[in-house]
Amino acid sequence: MKRGMTSWMFALIACAAGALLFFAARSAGNDYVFFAGYTILQYIVLATAWNILGGYTGYVNFGSAAFFAVGAYTTVFFHKIFPLPIPLLVIAAAVASGLVGLGMGYLTLRLRGAFFAIATLALAVVLQTLIVNWSFVGGSRGAYVIRPATVYPFDSYIQYLFLIMLVLVIVALTTARAIERSRLGYGFATIRDDELAAEASGVPTLKLKLIATALSGAFMGMAGAPFPYYIGFLHPSGAFGLEYTVNAIAMPMIGGTATWIGPLVGAVLLGTLQQVAIVTISSAVNLLLVGLLLVGFVILAPNGLVGVVRNLLRKRPGAQP
Amino acid sequence: MSVDLFVSALIAGILLGGFYAAVTVGISISFGILDIVNIAHPAFIILGSYTAYILNAQFGLDPIVVGIIALPAFYALGALIYQVYYVSFEKRGKESMTGLAFFFGLLFVTEVLLILVFGVDYRYVQASYIDTNLGKFLGSTALPALLADLPMRMLVPCVMSIAMFAILLLIVKRTFVGRAIMAVSQDALALQLQGASPVRIKRIAFAISIATAALAGAFLIIIQPVEPSVGREYIGRVFAICVLGGMGSLPGTLVGAMLLGIIESLTATFYGPSWAPAVSFGLLLLTLAFKPSGLMGR
Repeated sequence: MKRGMTSWMFALIACAAGALLFFAARSAGNDYVFFAGYTILQYIVLATAWNILGGYTGYVNFGSAAFFAVGAYTTVFFHKIFPLPIPLLVIAAAVASGLVGLGMGYLTLRLRGAFFAIATLALAVVLQTLIVNWSFVGGSRGAYVIRPATVYPFDSYIQYLFLIMLVLVIVALTTARAIERSRLGYGFATIRDDELAAEASGVPTLKLKLIATALSGAFMGMAGAPFPYYIGFLHPSGAFGLEYTVNAIAMPMIGGTATWIGPLVGAVLLGTLQQVAIVTISSAVNLLLVGLLLVGFVILAPNGLVGVVRNLLRKRPGAQP
Repeated sequence: MSVDLFVSALIAGILLGGFYAAVTVGISISFGILDIVNIAHPAFIILGSYTAYILNAQFGLDPIVVGIIALPAFYALGALIYQVYYVSFEKRGKESMTGLAFFFGLLFVTEVLLILVFGVDYRYVQASYIDTNLGKFLGSTALPALLADLPMRMLVPCVMSIAMFAILLLIVKRTFVGRAIMAVSQDALALQLQGASPVRIKRIAFAISIATAALAGAFLIIIQPVEPSVGREYIGRVFAICVLGGMGSLPGTLVGAMLLGIIESLTATFYGPSWAPAVSFGLLLLTLAFKPSGLMGR
């Protein structure tokens, strides 16, 4: 694997790109750009988080929506007892979702892949049932979270939310990229390629898998934390929406699961496509599109767009392998 | 806790359990025996429900008759899906992650297509026995109250489910194909050396597993009105039963189905129906954590 630049350099460049993006969006002079952009950024965090577990260790998580919802409901919980600023809520959500991820890992990671996947599906329903029956956070009726009109120095509240999500994107991408280049990342890769052999060679597979589930869960929770302020009214079937689970899987799969670039590419392409489809066609058709693309890609291009591009480069004579 | 309430909840649970057996047997074959994690199975069951709904609404056919008529079509669908799965994933040796994503995609696409065509309204079927109980259906007053009050809406699917289950068990235990199916799950190479093609046997087995969804779907729409996302509730149930009973064990599936039906029914009676979905999933998580080989595992 290439060493390339250090993580600090990468984070710096990402921050510069982020700042550029923010001011470009502001120059559009229309808050719709921020509303649509927020959703896409949120999907980048979700897809990257999914890929830390799914792409690097090969364990498929079908419960992304549950982790996302735990983050969102952490916000609702604190909103009811003691409203905190969003950055603190993001940290609280990361802790809550990370713990759920850790518990999930403890329960199921001694089993092999398919069981873990099914158990994550189960987890989503158990958590949703708990929330539906927990009236303090709104129960099945849902909960209103009134967002302030604006926060100093921003023109509008959505710009503030957009910026928070942008920071989360930078943190998530930097973390994912750093993992790939670290001992941790190589450990994850051994689990993905041959868990039994890895264990036999002394790789602490259970510990690594627990790190991956906790980290992946924590990022999904972070993506969910600002959501109640974005949407204004949170109800269980919205927070546990299947579209989060599907997109969290489809985006890395379509982009490519081997590197941090894949989820980014997948989320930007699929996220933009969905924003366009929602406006021009309908939200049901838009979900169908995601499903069909997912099935098509896993059959025809299992290494995603990144894999396709890499193959094209390799076939070109004289190109670097 | 009153005894009457307990007994009637128990009986309702047994009836529900019989139906759950029919819903799960397809997964027991595909996941338990063939090791194909077909999480899209509940979506095919819903497809079966809508097939029953269309033919019932158009021609007034009995839903169970529709289920039987639809068997070959679902068998063909299953064979087709297995062929795609085999060529794209099994042959490449990459079935674990991309295969899971493939079935997840199928689940999702099927559900969204049904929503696009039929909307999210609940659909139901009509048949002479649906809104009556055993006493009225037989027209006899001699039955004890406990039997006479059994709703036909639950009883018919339960009895038919168990009949279907028995036939499948006979096929697996007594016929050449059935024995080959068990053999392919144990040692595909050995089967190949005996001159049978493992791929062909697996295709037949997977096609049978999808065919069961045609009948299970008909049972489902007799029991309750159906809308496209109902299938999601069954994902946890079917895997909970399959794992609880023991992977690849058909009798285990029946036991697991009965157990889950009874526990769910008791929970719904004494704690309220909104807790029922958590039962199966909770049971699944506990089984996976503490006894992953199940009650009657191989």
